[in-house]
Amino acid sequence: MSQTGTLMGFVHRRRRGAELFLLVLALMVGIGAYAAVGLGVEGVVPADLVGYGGWLTALIVAAHITVRIVAPYADPVLLPLVAALNGLGLAVIRRLDLTYEANGLAQHTFARQQLTWMTLGVILFIATLVLLRDHRVLQRFTYTAGLLGILLLILPFLPLVGREINGARIWINVAGFSFQPGEVAKVLLVIAFAGYLVLHRDALALAGRRVVFIDLPRGRDLGPILAMFGVSMMILVLQNDLGSSLLFFGLFLAMLYVATERPGWLVVGGLLFGAGALAAYTFVGNVQNRFNFWLHPMDHYDDTPGSYQLVEALFGQGWGGLIGRGFGNGFPERVPFAYSDFIISTIGEELGLSAIMAVILCYGLIVERALRIALISRDGFGKLLAVGLGAIVALQVFVVVGGVTGLIPLTGLTTPFLSYGGSSLVANWVIVALLLRVSDQARRPAPRLDPVDDAGEDSESTQVVKLR
Amino acid sequence: MNKPIRVVSVFCLVLFLALLVNASYLMYVRADSLSDDPRNRRIITATFSRERGAILVGKEAIARSVPSDDKYKFQRTYSQPYKYAPITGYFSWYGQTGVESSQNSVLAGDDSRLFVTRLVDMLSNSDPKGGNVQLATNAAAQDAAWDGLEGLPGDAQGAVVALEPTTGRVLAMASTPTFDPNKLASHDFGAVADLSKELNADPREPLINRAIGTTLPPGSTFKLVTAAAAIESGNYDADSQVPGGYRFKLPQSSTTVGNYDGGNCGGRRITLTQALQVSCNVTFMSLANELGVDAMAEQAEAFGFNDTSLEDLGGQAESLYPRDLDPPQTALSGIGQSSVTATPLQMAMVAAAIANDGDVMRPYVVDEVRAANLSVLDRTDPQSISKAISSTTAEELTTMMVATVDSGTATPAQIPGVQVAGKTGTAQSTADRPPYAWFVSFAPADNPQVAVAVLVQSSDTSRSEIGGGRLGGPIAKAVMEAVINQ
Repeated sequence: MSQTGTLMGFVHRRRRGAELFLLVLALMVGIGAYAAVGLGVEGVVPADLVGYGGWLTALIVAAHITVRIVAPYADPVLLPLVAALNGLGLAVIRRLDLTYEANGLAQHTFARQQLTWMTLGVILFIATLVLLRDHRVLQRFTYTAGLLGILLLILPFLPLVGREINGARIWINVAGFSFQPGEVAKVLLVIAFAGYLVLHRDALALAGRRVVFIDLPRGRDLGPILAMFGVSMMILVLQNDLGSSLLFFGLFLAMLYVATERPGWLVVGGLLFGAGALAAYTFVGNVQNRFNFWLHPMDHYDDTPGSYQLVEALFGQGWGGLIGRGFGNGFPERVPFAYSDFIISTIGEELGLSAIMAVILCYGLIVERALRIALISRDGFGKLLAVGLGAIVALQVFVVVGGVTGLIPLTGLTTPFLSYGGSSLVANWVIVALLLRVSDQARRPAPRLDPVDDAGEDSESTQVVKLR
Repeated sequence: MNKPIRVVSVFCLVLFLALLVNASYLMYVRADSLSDDPRNRRIITATFSRERGAILVGKEAIARSVPSDDKYKFQRTYSQPYKYAPITGYFSWYGQTGVESSQNSVLAGDDSRLFVTRLVDMLSNSDPKGGNVQLATNAAAQDAAWDGLEGLPGDAQGAVVALEPTTGRVLAMASTPTFDPNKLASHDFGAVADLSKELNADPREPLINRAIGTTLPPGSTFKLVTAAAAIESGNYDADSQVPGGYRFKLPQSSTTVGNYDGGNCGGRRITLTQALQVSCNVTFMSLANELGVDAMAEQAEAFGFNDTSLEDLGGQAESLYPRDLDPPQTALSGIGQSSVTATPLQMAMVAAAIANDGDVMRPYVVDEVRAANLSVLDRTDPQSISKAISSTTAEELTTMMVATVDSGTATPAQIPGVQVAGKTGTAQSTADRPPYAWFVSFAPADNPQVAVAVLVQSSDTSRSEIGGGRLGGPIAKAVMEAVINQ
């Protein structure tokens, strides 16, 4: 496994120039969209376009230079995709800000805050790449990360710091800053799962008995899956957060399956989650409501709680049609939380189906890149890490976009990189940094193990082979 | 571990494909039905913000959008609000009626016929403008109709419809009491909601266009249909001797029904012409009784009963001639009583068909659809719905109606130097309610240019004074004169 690169005589190219070129395109998307927002909503190119564009360019260039220096073999497509999505998200949030301001709403500086969060995200991205030169170091923190992750998930329940916003107790408030610890917890949990599964994959994979066509795991090995199931259900029932619950359990299941190569785990997990969801549907009113609103959105438009938000989003997207109404010509502000959970509906209304498809394809490419990194990664931990991070993006996008477009019941999750939200943005930038780190390791040529020239005077001494 | 990673990849691919397919379905296939949802305020706000096309009568824009200072950019204004409200309807934040509703896609600029204009607007980056709608209405006739209704004593409820017999063009359509669409088009939505609640609760029903939306017993004006059925049966002509006298005994019953004035119609046997002239109840009850329910219903339907025919104006009520009348009811239907009900438009169509050699033309209020630059995009072609009666029957009925105006009950509609054909009607409703006054006519009899129906549902006229001729005649006359004198 570790020699694949040289054995096949194939060496990945660095492709940093390609990355730079794609980043220029991504910046054009971000800055161009920002200018278009000004033109569409106010009729003039924004006065701060140069300052804004300069700031955005500086951030992206800093990220690029960091990658060049500390991860020269990293995947060249990921960063441009992320830059484009983040830039587009900023412009769309800015567009909503302008309308909120015109309508006299108190909160209308989301874009500026988002840019601050993005700056923090990029700083953490750089820090991650610089400080973490080998992702395998993270394996040492398997249990620490797991414990910390669970702790972060519990944090919103604590008095003083915990806050309930819009019916979901997933926020903490420290010194005036709101934060969703769950966003960071998911990264920590991926690290924990990857570490745990690499160690225990043999036990989980080999022991068990065959029932009909499926290899079922041993009862005692069901422990971790049951524990994760419990955590998911806790999130669902106690925090009223269907989306995160689905995300965590789906993530764990995908990683478990990849680690053990046993579809039996999927069956067990699927059954467990089905049973849990059914129980939640029966006993938790919120879940039942969401399900009803999804099946019959038009019937609950005027109810409280009702499907007003979803129906308005559907109206907006329907009205946007193939090419959208153009920035400033729609009414995305009719959808509550259009700047965060429902940013996709704003894009659909004003930029149309074409933009929605482009965004979905960008996410698809991010996931594809993550899974490709997993395929070529040389170590099990890296593979699992990449699969987990890719699965997070895939599941989160599917759950949010599917919810907003009416494919599945609505859940409260942010759209990675697009939605307003500091915790989510920062966590996602770290996810990208981790993916780039794994990819750098995977694509880097394998260490050369050439016979050492023994002619030297210290030929007797032990040769130290530098492995990286 | 690579095999399960590939499986996960395929699974992710399926997830993203599902998203793409669902988004396409939502934003392409479902888009239209979402736009049609009445709760979709986006559509209304967008139409509200757009420069909506004008509704024209002649060269005057009776409804147009003028720039406004608020966030909706344009304000709909109506230059002659009350007079034209039954046709234009209103354009409010909460919805539309009348031509504003039926021609909404043109006025808002969404109509496919405006495709080229929209494309030009899009390429030149100018705001989309709606198309204009040219009404078939004749301004002078509409003025006469409105002034006539306004001239009625007290808080009158009534309606006037004037048609061009050869085409079906609606030359005038007035209804009273009515409302001010300007107030409903206001951007002060709270006030609009209050006003709309008030108008809906008003017992005088100002929001109803009585010309097409109210069906009442047509009374003696329906005798034209009975006479037409009689002549079409081949057994009668204008000079046929028909039963007259004081009273008619209803079949299967001991009830007798007399004439309106209690007289004997001028003898026990009179001509059909005489019977129509004096509006003899006995004659037409016995004719209807003799013809039977099927022949009567067929004739009524040939004139347009049991059907709605005005396609470009909403809210049309169906005029009824039920096919399941028993013999006494059938006899009563001969004089427009029993369960027979008609709208003023329907009675105008009867008169217009007689004027037009028996051809019933489809009535229409929208003449032309034009782009914002006034180029004509579509024109309504006159269309025949049915041949209600033969030309000879039409001629005989015309002669009888002329006699009715010359020296019968319809003399108030006489116009010097012009031959007018007409028929009055005074329909009984309930005992405690004054009768409805009807009047239908057309002129000139030899070359008909206009057919009119007038209904006065209630007014402050004392009961003994109510008569189709006295109340409706002068209004019909004014409308006919307005058209003829142009």
